[in-house]
Amino acid sequence: MSETGKNMDEVRDLAPRSPLPAPSSPSTPRSPLPATSSSNVLEIQDLKVYFNTIEGELRAVDGVGFSMRRGKVMALVGESGCGKSVTSYSILRLIQSPGKIVGGSMMFYPHDEKPSDIAKLSDNDELIYHIRGGKISMIFQEPMTALSPVHTVGNQICEAILIHQKVTKKEAEIKAIEMLRKVGISGPEKRISQYPFEMSGGMRQRVMIAMALVCNPEILIADEPTTALDVTIQAQIMLLMKNLQKELGTSILLITHDLGVVAQMADDVAVMYLGKIVECSDVRSILKSPRHPYTMGLLASLPGLAMDKQRLHSIKGSVPSLTAIPPGCPFHPRCEYFKPGLCDVGNPPPLEEIEPGHTAACLRAREIRGEVGKF
Amino acid sequence: MSKDRFKEFEWEDKEGMFEVALDKALDGKFKDEHFPLLRVKNLCKYFPIYSKGFLKKQIGTIKAVDDISFDLMPGETLGLVGESGCGKTTAGRTILRALDPTSGEVHFDTFTKLVDLCKIPEKKLKPLRTKMQMIFQDPYASLNPRMTVRQIVAEPLVIHNLAKGQELEDRVVEMLRKVGLKPEHRTRYPHAFSGGQRQRIGIARALIMHPSLVVCDEAVSALDVSVQAQVINLLQDLQEDLGLTYIFIAHNLGVVKHICDDIAVMYAGRIVELAKTDDLFNDPRHPYTKMLLSAVPNPDPDVPMNPALSGEVPDISNLPPGCSFHSRCSICKTGCKDEKQQLVKVGDGHYVSCSLVDGKK
Repeated sequence: MSETGKNMDEVRDLAPRSPLPAPSSPSTPRSPLPATSSSNVLEIQDLKVYFNTIEGELRAVDGVGFSMRRGKVMALVGESGCGKSVTSYSILRLIQSPGKIVGGSMMFYPHDEKPSDIAKLSDNDELIYHIRGGKISMIFQEPMTALSPVHTVGNQICEAILIHQKVTKKEAEIKAIEMLRKVGISGPEKRISQYPFEMSGGMRQRVMIAMALVCNPEILIADEPTTALDVTIQAQIMLLMKNLQKELGTSILLITHDLGVVAQMADDVAVMYLGKIVECSDVRSILKSPRHPYTMGLLASLPGLAMDKQRLHSIKGSVPSLTAIPPGCPFHPRCEYFKPGLCDVGNPPPLEEIEPGHTAACLRAREIRGEVGKF
Repeated sequence: MSKDRFKEFEWEDKEGMFEVALDKALDGKFKDEHFPLLRVKNLCKYFPIYSKGFLKKQIGTIKAVDDISFDLMPGETLGLVGESGCGKTTAGRTILRALDPTSGEVHFDTFTKLVDLCKIPEKKLKPLRTKMQMIFQDPYASLNPRMTVRQIVAEPLVIHNLAKGQELEDRVVEMLRKVGLKPEHRTRYPHAFSGGQRQRIGIARALIMHPSLVVCDEAVSALDVSVQAQVINLLQDLQEDLGLTYIFIAHNLGVVKHICDDIAVMYAGRIVELAKTDDLFNDPRHPYTKMLLSAVPNPDPDVPMNPALSGEVPDISNLPPGCSFHSRCSICKTGCKDEKQQLVKVGDGHYVSCSLVDGKK
């Protein structure tokens, strides 16, 4: 995309905008993999988020654990209702009543600060206000509903700057203009006084990205950032996010159900089903040699551009309700490799390492390796 | 099916208003057994823009659908693809006469006669509605939450007074079975169903009158991949069983490739390329089609995406003169800014509206 390409030189000048003491060389961006601290920027372990409803306790996220590598893109994949959005909201502590984080830990290792456990913070801890929007920020799916219709774009971006940085309004405005130019919006001086309804869907999503990146966060959570967009605009936004991520060294948590987007953007992938991670590995081994029957089914049900098949493979049945999670392996009623007496009893199978760096939560993962990936 | 079947029936239209004379309609092009079910000729749908204030003067037009033409054979599926705002939904609705067209002809083969849907008076349109149905995008918004599944699925039969009592009940049950729902589901309300099941209810409602033409407006776009695959398979099975003809409106090129025989690519209200599915994907000619195809993310991480993209869809109320794609086109020449492009044949069933790619490979 030509606009982004032009702006890449300017991105190099972007300094980290931390309100706290800056690292040794403030004029250069963070390197993707600093020698300091651990190589993971976020480590989630056994996260549990339950919702208390009339129908009972909904275990929206039940024992999720994964690590995000610094400067890499991690994708959370799954169908609607699998808990991927709840997971991302709980990282920002945006879960509202009746939802509650009931267990687990989320260790956040900022580049230049002490690590902290986000799960243990209280709801109005000062640190969470500092982290939310400043250190970890988020892009939402629907840019029209996520932006305020009664404030100008400039006001909305400046708000984020003024909360997290010690700058005057004038300086904030200059930063907002600079950021809008970086995300490829032409004529940003004029654009900052416009309202979101004056912009197209792709423009709005660029504004969202500008707003999220303006404080130079360590982690960017992108919740279905391109789902509401056309393919051509989707491709532009994907390239933009990729380029900005490389330049700024931000780690991205990408939440999506589009496996095409995953293949093109992600370094690591975690597949979720009914509040649990069922498979986790790097993008190549997940897409080329999936080990969990659910991942295999998802891949096979993609109507691909590259293949000609008369009939699509489909996973039988539909996702059960969270109030009635099947016993044993929660996927067993829909699984092609279901073995009575093994899969439908006891506790859900734990994530086990099948190959180095490739984990799957399936008791028969080693037996059924015959099924090769689609590609 | 031969041409004779038209002669067995009396022509009702004494003024010659809407029925299409056979010879004129077929241009002598089609042999006896192959009539197109639907023939769209130069169809236009313009929306006026009015000024604010008391006078409401017309200050412009939006050419949502501008001069589109195609033939659709019975039992085939035509895909309409394009970015949002390109007019694909308006095209689908205008063809069914859910919107009154500005100009153009839509010849529809009702099996006893050929009628022009654009000219037929409203009163005579109602019986034809049994032959053409629509499946909508959002299974949450398109089902009335206060009606039971039985009422929803039976409603078309009740409106057209085609069945009642036990027969009505039997047909509802049969239809529900066909779309993979259980008979006992018919006393429930839509909220009790998942997205995929709701879409099945919408399909049952559309198909209960055994239509010949079904317009699927983004029918699987709102569904998850695994459920989407089930619904696509269902649509294909039903097409085989009932001999349906689909116009499949979608923006997901993978789905369109899987389900369609022909594909029309639309841009700013016009068809820019019309071809057999394989031809379109293997040998796209129009620069816009190439751009669309290059933007689809490949689910293979080893095939890097290399989209050749520029710009956004222009404001459709204020299109650039000449070829409306020229502002984003990579091979645009000065002439493109002046003359409107027409669909030109470049191969067997392959039409492109770009003067720079005509004929040559």
